[in-house]
Amino acid sequence: MVTIYERKLGFEGKPGLSRRELLKRGGASALLVISGSAVISPEHAWGLETSALKPETMATLIQMARDIYPHDQVPDKYYAIAVKAHDEQAGKDPAHKDLIEKGIADLDVKSGKDGYTGLGWEEQRVAVLKQIEGTPFFQAVRGGLVVGLYNQKEVWPIFGYEGESYSKGGYIARGFDDIEWL
Amino acid sequence: MAAPFDLKNDGVVVIIGSGAGGGTLGNELAQKGVDVVILEAGARHEYEDFINDEWDSFAQLAWTDKRTTSGDWRVAKDFPNLPAWIVKSVGGSTTHWAGASLRLQEHEFKTLSTYGKLEGATLLDWPITLAEMEPYYAKAEAKMGVTGTNDWPRLPGNNNFKVLKAGADKLGYKECHTGNMAINSVDRDDRNSCQQTGFCFQGCKWRAKWSTLYAEIPKGEATGHLEVRPNAMAIKINHDASGKVTGVVYADKDGKLQEQKARIVAVAGNSIESPRLLLNSASSKFPDGLANSSGQVGKNYMRHTTGSVYAIFDKPVHMYRGTTMAGIIRDEARHDPSRGFVGGYEFETLSLGLPFMAAFLDPGGWGRSFTTALDHYDHMAGLWIVGEDMPRAENRITLHADMKDEHGMPIADVHFDDHANDTAMRNHAYKQGSALYAAVGATRTFPTPPYPSTHNLGTNRMSEKAADGVVNKHGQSHDIKNLFVSDGSQFTTGGAENPTLTIVSLAIRQAEYIAGQMSAKSI
Ligand SMILES: Cc1cc2nc3c(=O)[nH]c(=O)nc-3n(C[C@H](O)[C@H](O)[C@H](O)COP(=O)(O)OP(=O)(O)OC[C@H]3O[C@@H](n4cnc5c(N)ncnc54)[C@H](O)[C@@H]3O)c2cc1C
Ligand code: SF4
Repeated sequence: MVTIYERKLGFEGKPGLSRRELLKRGGASALLVISGSAVISPEHAWGLETSALKPETMATLIQMARDIYPHDQVPDKYYAIAVKAHDEQAGKDPAHKDLIEKGIADLDVKSGKDGYTGLGWEEQRVAVLKQIEGTPFFQAVRGGLVVGLYNQKEVWPIFGYEGESYSKGGYIARGFDDIEWL
Repeated sequence: MAAPFDLKNDGVVVIIGSGAGGGTLGNELAQKGVDVVILEAGARHEYEDFINDEWDSFAQLAWTDKRTTSGDWRVAKDFPNLPAWIVKSVGGSTTHWAGASLRLQEHEFKTLSTYGKLEGATLLDWPITLAEMEPYYAKAEAKMGVTGTNDWPRLPGNNNFKVLKAGADKLGYKECHTGNMAINSVDRDDRNSCQQTGFCFQGCKWRAKWSTLYAEIPKGEATGHLEVRPNAMAIKINHDASGKVTGVVYADKDGKLQEQKARIVAVAGNSIESPRLLLNSASSKFPDGLANSSGQVGKNYMRHTTGSVYAIFDKPVHMYRGTTMAGIIRDEARHDPSRGFVGGYEFETLSLGLPFMAAFLDPGGWGRSFTTALDHYDHMAGLWIVGEDMPRAENRITLHADMKDEHGMPIADVHFDDHANDTAMRNHAYKQGSALYAAVGATRTFPTPPYPSTHNLGTNRMSEKAADGVVNKHGQSHDIKNLFVSDGSQFTTGGAENPTLTIVSLAIRQAEYIAGQMSAKSI
């Protein structure tokens, strides 16, 4: 099971985490920390526990998700939620685990000695993604994101989409025709 | 009270499908005292159960049984197993539909005579004219509460409409308004008026929008002459030695096969399932499928020439607020070959929520070009192009050679290639649509490819001569006189207009004919 948890305490305060953290610096992205079986965002106080995929794989997957659908105003947490289904599916289906682990390993090889997240600029990473665009691995990740990312109710307000409206009586008294600049 | 009819009752009319065609026919017949059983593959979800959420609603209502696709249309690449966005639920696609209700134009009933022969197209005149249809259009508009008819006011324009209207004015378009919508603009028919909720595609929780689910079926049930049997998937239509149909085999809610006997069978499963069922009912007497002596069953599949144009502005629009499709420009709907194509198209307002926009704006697209479009979602306006597409013999529904559904019925393959006329029309519309938004100050426009088909037409076409089509002007099959087709698959050609008003009008007309033939004992 993958759990995304809000970290109430600071990173040091989370019990059970060893100190052999491996720091991963995604080029343009925020700092993600690997600890045991978790990917942690110390700055933004959330963590993601993996069970089937390696946490390093998950961290790279999160960066890859952002590079496929980059929205600078959307925090990493939502990308993490969007890709966590791959860990769940990998737990049930060894073929899927293989697809993701090998796909990420391949991505790292193609990216040079510091791997995919070692590439500092989005353009550099996108150039690598372009090489694998047609692969089942890329399509599985991209396809999953279309619903996994954009169907999170929490991200809708970031885009100005208001979602459900029936319980509020529709928009008849809430601005269905409030445009003023025409 | 809903009347449960015995499986062995061979006096009933069995209708397959409870959507625009089947649901209307069922109620109309019941009102005339004819006993009717509607077999509906989907479950019954009442309006309270509808969900203001695009994917959840899709999961609740849409037809997601597997289909395959082929041909050069982009849907085959982007959505290989979802050629059509239609419904499997009581009420059929009238739960999802947007309510745009337009009459076909006079020349659209006579395309072969008007456009002339076109290479690669199987144009044909309808065996009925607009004049013959007019009284039925009037009845349908009255029944459905179509705005702009019968003194019902049009709906107020939402933000998306206002942008469209401003652009239409700039381009000099003359006929632009909030449409003829089967959506209550005032309380009527014991149903609410539109509350501008903006989830028309997800089922109207206010019942402001006409649907057979709550505007036809309960009235039919109240007569005691109509039974709607949900979770009943028709698989085969049986016939006797004389060739008359005698009953319908269906899988019930537990997957068990049952046979409902029938005096008359009317097929209304929408234009993919209706031919699938006729083809799957092949027998030694009818080796090519029922009603298929012409070989036309499944052919001439049409889906309208569609596409969308979305545009981003430097100021907010909030297009998703309010009635999804209440906005139209009709100036391009005329037949004017000087534009480089025959037939015409309509512009209608359209909006998708963020989740569907992500899925449909540029399927398969990724990277900043794609995401910067969504970043300005609340600054977007959108329109839909709906135009007449050319019927083609090769565009067709066939039974898959080896893939079968859970009941062992071969699944449908949907083949579609654009005709050059379709492509020319779409490109013209993209250009006009982009110019329209540019005229109001759009900073970026998106010619968006067609979605999985919402308008599915033509696969059991109506024809004067038995050799040219599947059914006559009453939707009665040329080959078997107690077998009818009652949905959009009867369309000889597609017209530029959204099809449902015509489907409903044909069903009202067909009910009169069937009841007349029954009392004359000729069927
Ligand atoms: C999102 C959306 C928006 C739309 N907007 C508009 C609009 O604004 N204006 C317009 O005119 N049209 C619109 N349409 C199209 C409109 O919904 C259809 O044209 C119309 O509903 C078709 O009617 P029908 O009777 O052919 O089929 P449907 O209404 O689709 O009904 C067919 C029914 O048959 C059932 N069925 C199929 N096969 C079987 C079987 N073997 N056994 C038992 N039951 C079966 C199905 O489950 C379904 O319930 C829209 C459609 C969609 C999806
Ligand atoms: S906008 Fe009007 S018609 Fe559409 S769902 Fe809301 S109330 Fe119903």
